[in-house]
Amino acid sequence: MALRIERSALLGPSGFEPVKRNDLENLEIDLVLEGIYQQYGFDFRDYARGSIKRRLWRRAYAEGLESISGLQERVLHDQDTMNRLLEDLSINVTSMFRDPEFYLAIRQKVVPLLRTYPFIRIWNAGCSTGEETLSLAILLREEGLIDRTKIYATDINENVLDLAKQGVFPLDKMRDYTENYIAAGGKTAFSEYYTANGQGARFNESLTENIIFAQHNLASDRSFNEFQMIVCRNVMIYFDRSLQERVHGLFYSSLGMSGVLALGRKESIKFTRHASAYEEIDVNEKLYKRVR
Amino acid sequence: MPPEGVPPFELVVVGASWGGLQALRWLLEGLTDDFPTPLVVAQHRSSDSSDVMVRVLQSHSPLAITEASDKDAIEPGHVYIAPPDYHLLVEPGSLALSTEGFVHHSRPSIDVAFESAADAYADRLVGVILTGANTDGSAGLKRIRDEGGVTVVQDPATAARPEMPSAAMAAVKGAKVLPLRKIAPFLVEICR
Ligand SMILES: C[S@@+](CC[C@H](N)C(=O)[O-])C[C@H]1O[C@@H](n2cnc3c(N)ncnc32)[C@H](O)[C@@H]1O
Repeated sequence: MALRIERSALLGPSGFEPVKRNDLENLEIDLVLEGIYQQYGFDFRDYARGSIKRRLWRRAYAEGLESISGLQERVLHDQDTMNRLLEDLSINVTSMFRDPEFYLAIRQKVVPLLRTYPFIRIWNAGCSTGEETLSLAILLREEGLIDRTKIYATDINENVLDLAKQGVFPLDKMRDYTENYIAAGGKTAFSEYYTANGQGARFNESLTENIIFAQHNLASDRSFNEFQMIVCRNVMIYFDRSLQERVHGLFYSSLGMSGVLALGRKESIKFTRHASAYEEIDVNEKLYKRVR
Repeated sequence: MPPEGVPPFELVVVGASWGGLQALRWLLEGLTDDFPTPLVVAQHRSSDSSDVMVRVLQSHSPLAITEASDKDAIEPGHVYIAPPDYHLLVEPGSLALSTEGFVHHSRPSIDVAFESAADAYADRLVGVILTGANTDGSAGLKRIRDEGGVTVVQDPATAARPEMPSAAMAAVKGAKVLPLRKIAPFLVEICR
């Protein structure tokens, strides 16, 4: 949404009507997001409002501030506050083989398609700390495809990318991940893929050899290749409809014909004008194939 | 007050936890297919629960019950259930999802749904807290009251677990406290 000033805020004294509290708050949010964009280049202007409002307030309270305007003043003058806000604004929750049925559907319905290519490029957009990327790599390894695959895993947040590159995850998560892995049709013992050490579970480097982690902002950066598959789950839920539309345009122009688009469980392409370019591969798991 | 012919409320949000499925069944059974106001339900549920909940509730209601998807439009005649493992946020006219951390050990959290709904609908909103064994929803219900919306709490004596409605009553003085079977008739009365 572009910077929008409510008409009532501009009326002179004669026609003065006080701005409703909510409208005023929305105005403050517009202003701080515009400021962040102009000062730091991060474009959160078209993120979904409800969620962004929660995150802004969370940061404001944590800084001991009582208004979004107060946060704006602080953020524009202080890089450290901005960095902390960035962490709040990027929600990085993820896990390995999250939604096992999704991976099962990839095995059964997408792998046969991928097999037809001599070389496979996959874009994992909004990869967070890499659990999803690694899950895909494990699956492709078990299907005998990893050696001819390159996975481009991108995120807006450099801190999560640094963690992703290390490939070390908390040991206490391994039990859940093992269950997920089995439910996802895993073919061996999950523990074969990592070694436990003092820091956690370190995943075998042979898995990450074909992964390239890089920073990429879906809201402002361009397409950088043509892919046979794009996996972007639980990222666009943070965008408003206009930004979702733009990103769908980006994905459409980055997918080869018959390329596969994979979205999160509760996302859909039905709202975008690109919907008609896709055929459903699996309705529940939100797997789509580009057909025009 | 909205003009003649326009329903006074645009949305009913319902929060439930322990024992909620049964309570929701009762509530929905009391609403006929001409109930004019859409409902959004945040029910605490485990991350691997399937669509059983939707099926159970659907067999007791003439309204269209679905698990919410991101950016779903909010339409009359519909009941939207927060999907497992996501927070549900209400925006003006539509729904949004988030996977941010647990709030009150829950995802979906009732507070997240209620607070965003209060922001979006202010005094055109009704909030209902049903049975539960924790305090999620109290802050959200208070926010609904502060924005001028109507607040309803299930009488703890009629709840499978009284903690959640009791906490909501303590947080929101003046909330309408009703036994479970009277909540649907009350909604019908005020929403027409
Ligand atoms: C909830 S995580 C999803 C992780 C993983 N895909 C999954 O489903 O488990 C959302 C990720 O999207 C990233 N993100 C948010 N805005 C972005 C943008 N404009 N461009 C690229 N990544 C973005 C966040 O940094 C975060 O890591």
